[in-house]
Amino acid sequence: MGLLSLAIWTPIFFGVILLALGRDEHAKVVRWIALIGSIVSLAVTLPLYSGFDVTTSALQFVENSMWIERFNVFYHLGVDGLSLWFVLLTAFITVIVVIAGWEVITERVNQYMGAFLILSGLMIGVFSAVDGMLFYVFFEATLIPMYLIIGIWGGPNKIYAAFKFFLYTLLGSLLMLVALIYLYTQSGGSFDLATWYKLPLPAHAQTLLFFAFFAAFAVKVPMWPVHTWLPDVHVEAPTGGSAVLAAIMLKLGAYGFLRFSLPIAPDAAREFAWVMIALSIVAVVYVGLVAMVQEDMKKLVAYSSVAHMGFVSLGFFIFNDIGVSGALVQMIAHGFVSAAMFLSIGVLYDRMHSREIASYGGVVNTMPKFAAFALLFAMANCGLPGTAGFVGEWMVILGAIKYNFWIGFAAASALIFGAAYTLWMVKRVYLGPVANDHVKELTDINSREFFMMALLGVAVLVMGVYPKPFTDVMDVSVAELLKHVALSKLPQ
Amino acid sequence: MIEKFNIAALYPELLLLVMTIVIAMVDLFVKSPRRTVTYVLSLLTMGVVAVLQAHDASSGATVYSFGNMVVSDPMGNWLKCFSTLAVFVTLVYGRPYAADRDMLKHGGELFTLGLFALLGMYVMISGNNFLVLYLGVELLALSSYALVALRRDNATATEAAMKYFVLGALGSGFLLYGMSMLYGATGSLDISTVFKAVATGQINHKVLVLGLVFVVCGLGFKFGVAPFHMWVPDVYQGAPTVVTLMIGGAHKLAAFAMTMRLLVEGLMPLAIDWQQMLMVLSVASLLIGNLAGIAQTNMKRMVAFSTISQMGFVLIGLYSGVANGNTAAAANAYSSAMFYVITYVLTTLAVFGIIMLLAREGFESEEIADFAGLNQRSPLYAGVMALCMFSLAGVPPMVGFAGKLSVLQALVASDQPGAIALATYAVMMSLLAAFYYLRVVKVMYFDSPLTASTVSAGKDVRMVLLINSGLLLVLGLLPGGLMTLCARAIVTTLGT
Repeated sequence: MGLLSLAIWTPIFFGVILLALGRDEHAKVVRWIALIGSIVSLAVTLPLYSGFDVTTSALQFVENSMWIERFNVFYHLGVDGLSLWFVLLTAFITVIVVIAGWEVITERVNQYMGAFLILSGLMIGVFSAVDGMLFYVFFEATLIPMYLIIGIWGGPNKIYAAFKFFLYTLLGSLLMLVALIYLYTQSGGSFDLATWYKLPLPAHAQTLLFFAFFAAFAVKVPMWPVHTWLPDVHVEAPTGGSAVLAAIMLKLGAYGFLRFSLPIAPDAAREFAWVMIALSIVAVVYVGLVAMVQEDMKKLVAYSSVAHMGFVSLGFFIFNDIGVSGALVQMIAHGFVSAAMFLSIGVLYDRMHSREIASYGGVVNTMPKFAAFALLFAMANCGLPGTAGFVGEWMVILGAIKYNFWIGFAAASALIFGAAYTLWMVKRVYLGPVANDHVKELTDINSREFFMMALLGVAVLVMGVYPKPFTDVMDVSVAELLKHVALSKLPQ
Repeated sequence: MIEKFNIAALYPELLLLVMTIVIAMVDLFVKSPRRTVTYVLSLLTMGVVAVLQAHDASSGATVYSFGNMVVSDPMGNWLKCFSTLAVFVTLVYGRPYAADRDMLKHGGELFTLGLFALLGMYVMISGNNFLVLYLGVELLALSSYALVALRRDNATATEAAMKYFVLGALGSGFLLYGMSMLYGATGSLDISTVFKAVATGQINHKVLVLGLVFVVCGLGFKFGVAPFHMWVPDVYQGAPTVVTLMIGGAHKLAAFAMTMRLLVEGLMPLAIDWQQMLMVLSVASLLIGNLAGIAQTNMKRMVAFSTISQMGFVLIGLYSGVANGNTAAAANAYSSAMFYVITYVLTTLAVFGIIMLLAREGFESEEIADFAGLNQRSPLYAGVMALCMFSLAGVPPMVGFAGKLSVLQALVASDQPGAIALATYAVMMSLLAAFYYLRVVKVMYFDSPLTASTVSAGKDVRMVLLINSGLLLVLGLLPGGLMTLCARAIVTTLGT
């Protein structure tokens, strides 16, 4: 079994064991097995990084065997500079989520932990699949555990949120399914991505394919105006669900753009780049403004996620290497930062059972250790230099200015909104005098929470100060991708 | 021709017939209220017959017997094998249910009629002659009418039986009328001869198409596709659940086989005409099945509408065979439809298995609300049901996805005009369907249970149910074997 298979199936294996463990009387055992499972799963991904060759854009750790003979579907895995970090990120966030749910989840613990571990394996599958159908199977299968996570452990309006999540994203991916089948027949019966990259396609076909993929991935990212499911879902999802959703599931969509839309329909991508750029700018500016007026902390962070992902889609469609690399860095950084933001809210919510900004005030007085972490993550969220949030946004803005000054200008000015809504929330929640008796009775984070916050805090700082390991991995692959996108695939 | 009696090709059928009669007589002497002897004998018979069919099928030979009246080919033999297994599983799931409802107290008709229905399916599947096919249809239908009415003191069941009988007779009438037209035009009842006659192009097209319309209507009734679906929800809801499963499961395999015999083997030269009709039926079924499915609160009714829409997908596969007179894609298309219908039956079996498991004495777990909180009562069975629902919704990695993929792939590959549009329509309709399938999952997992009682099942039921649901996942992950099996069977059938 190859390393990638191991990375995919280890968490799924542990997840299935957890599901089989049954009822809550074993809750303690279940938690430990989940923690061990997630750490083992993270450990098996580490050799991927240490053994990765940064000098080539070719797929590495390739595994290729026949899966469904009749349709030429292969169990074909591999990572390149575009996907490597997401495999590690997924495994890392899963460890954090298991720790975050340790004391909070008391009902059906085995199903909760099992669902997250299985979900983790499936998402790693999405990032490492290089066969179109295999990708789709993983991509769709992630919906099932997430649907259950939201629906079982979510907030008061969880059922609405679970359905909205499932149906909204299914809508997009079903269109992608038609596109995949079309490509399959056009390429003479192959689901292999590399074959599709070389396949010449007429302009109208590329346009249809581009928008079919757009439907699947834009909903997932989510881009304005199909982002409306995200705030509803985040508000209702349990803390761990929100963290995984923001940190990784959104990246599945963005990653899809890089793997499918750009290389398969490059002419359409160039032709409709202006649409994508316009939508991204709207996301960055308008959604940033929307975030400012939110009264619910989770909603605020959800809108801020949409705005941050706007930078990602902007970076992809300006077609220069600093933009695309920046977008990738931004994706990883947002993975750490958004997970941290949601977990901070979770820490407060576990104590106060309120997400309203108005029910807080002066938390720093009663929870100083926690407030320090929260402030760090807030700074990363507004893109302060020295934190992870800065690197990606700065690179994207640089790339955008290279592409067109005014687009870069618009994106840069949006940073101000980011700072505004984040800092304003920090001010209202953490600073000032103690607002009420509930805040007065708050206890500071325990060692478990401290450990979880510290892990994320270190990640955020390291990535902000020394982003080289991240960009080094990407450089060659991004350059290769851009070279490919610049070539026309129209039949001669 | 008559010297080619070739009884050897029919020995599973003969064995089934003899055993059914034996079982009917043995049953007279059975005193046990749960009919254990009858039950075991029936299962043994079906087990042996299924093995014989599988053995015949894997030999890959096509044998005509009784002067071309019946044919034994891999497609037919596999379908017979699977319908035997479907009836087998139905009876395993259904016995506790039937025993709790006094359906076994006075006699083992559930088993004997079930076996006769199975024999009817056999005849439908292997008939190579209009009248033989019709004979099979009637044998199946009459057994089924009686099965639906098995609880004669139950008002809804008798109402359902009446509806089924009237509309079923109408459907059979359509079929027979269409067959008589085709007979009048071609001068033969033999399917191979009809094919040759139609292929000459000498026969009056209008008469043929008129006959074809009636045949397609008749098949529509048997499949239960819109607009011939009116009986489906009422019968599904009214019939005792075990009988519903019989109608919703094995029946579909027989209907599929008969469609293959009549339309593909007999009337392939008219494909351009019947394909259009099938397309209309499938578009209507997808719409009506899925829209009406959303509004249901009764589980069995919901599954009925879901069946209507799923059969729409089967028709898409049958629609995709011939494009612009080119039959190159035919094997691909028909085998995908066959795969779809087999996996659909597999899923339906598990769904009704759970429904019957939850039904206790004096309580029918028919409302969707009865499933509330099943996850707390029994995580295992909730998991099985969730697996079924996601499979029906076509979410990978369950087998339902493999079925949808193969049908849609056949459609797009067929290069029919508007294939992409139809494929897009079909997936959008399955989005609607996802809503009501998800609702069942929601009720089981997100709602709190109405009762705290746990769910218990007999050993036989539990074992079969676990194998059944395991197959949903295993075939979803590794659909290759079954797909190849279908493809080989269809290629052989088309080749002769």
